Amino acid sequence: MPIVPLMQALSSGWLYHPIQPYLALHIPDGFLNLPVIAVTWILAIALIAISLNRVQADYQEKAVPLMGVCAAFIFAAQMINFPIPGGTSGHLLGGTLAGALLGPWAGTLVMTVVFIVQAVVFQDGGLTVLGANIFNMGLIGTFAGYYLYKAIRFAIGRNKLSGMAVGAAVAAWASVMIAAIICAIQLAVSGTVPLAVAIGAMATWHVLIGIGEAAITVVALVFIWRTRPDMFYDPPRRAVSPRNRIGVGS
Amino acid sequence: MSNNLTRSRNRAFAIAGLGIALIVAVFLSPFASQDPDGLDRVSQDLKFEDKAAEDAPASKLPFYSIFDEYALRGVPEGIATPIAGLVGTLATFGLAWGIGKLVVRGESSPSDESDR
Repeated sequence: MPIVPLMQALSSGWLYHPIQPYLALHIPDGFLNLPVIAVTWILAIALIAISLNRVQADYQEKAVPLMGVCAAFIFAAQMINFPIPGGTSGHLLGGTLAGALLGPWAGTLVMTVVFIVQAVVFQDGGLTVLGANIFNMGLIGTFAGYYLYKAIRFAIGRNKLSGMAVGAAVAAWASVMIAAIICAIQLAVSGTVPLAVAIGAMATWHVLIGIGEAAITVVALVFIWRTRPDMFYDPPRRAVSPRNRIGVGS
Repeated sequence: MSNNLTRSRNRAFAIAGLGIALIVAVFLSPFASQDPDGLDRVSQDLKFEDKAAEDAPASKLPFYSIFDEYALRGVPEGIATPIAGLVGTLATFGLAWGIGKLVVRGESSPSDESDR
């Protein structure tokens, strides 16, 4: 499609309603109290520091461009809010995707970059609660998402596309649910909203948002599995010689 | 597979991946749902959305004079979000690449693998 008609189409009609802030699971400043902010910053910084060490020790140069591409794709995908029945929307978080491709260590660094750019440049998610946002949306996805995906994939068969797809789908969905529930707990501990109410409300919407997360994650990973299976952190055997792996440890 | 071939295939993968990200950010961003998302919706339903800081610290940063959320200020609405998507995608790409470059050791020697 030529650019000019496309731009006209984009700027006509339905686009004129004001662009709302998208928060997704991005917590704004003001929702969390100081102790919760402090604890989540400490957890986030500790996990980032461990990840920096592991990346330094275990990864090879091949991982560097993949880190850039992964961060770019997750940032772009996070802009695309998909509709959820009942007047809500959701978007990809991407931690499981980053974890499957880069492993939990480099995946963590990639997710951290995404949330820093969103908070600092685009005011999406608060600066004081950036540690909580990195922890909830990034680190739960890369760590819980990666290890759950790996356990399921290896149980079904490391070299099977179906094992990868099922593992990624379950892990992606679960990581969104866990992140939403932990976010609800943080809101409750902060005295923002009662715990049972917060968990019920967050879980209800994120059951559906997690399905979107799983769908996007699986489509992206199946595409890469078919074109460049060697790009996986745990590549299917035979797809790649050990020398070509991005990481030595796993 | 020769080293050169591997390198050019990896470059092709990086270019294709960045290209797909840019297409998503620039051409699909205007189609994003404007409905409140998960936490947003919950904060409205449970009536705590007014707890969000009015004057968030991020609005003190110089970027706030350039971007209003995911929209470039001072341009028609139809292109404000696509431009924000373009800038954000390139920024995350560059930052993640740069951090990787700094952290991952340079050309790893074969002995690196045997240390472990």
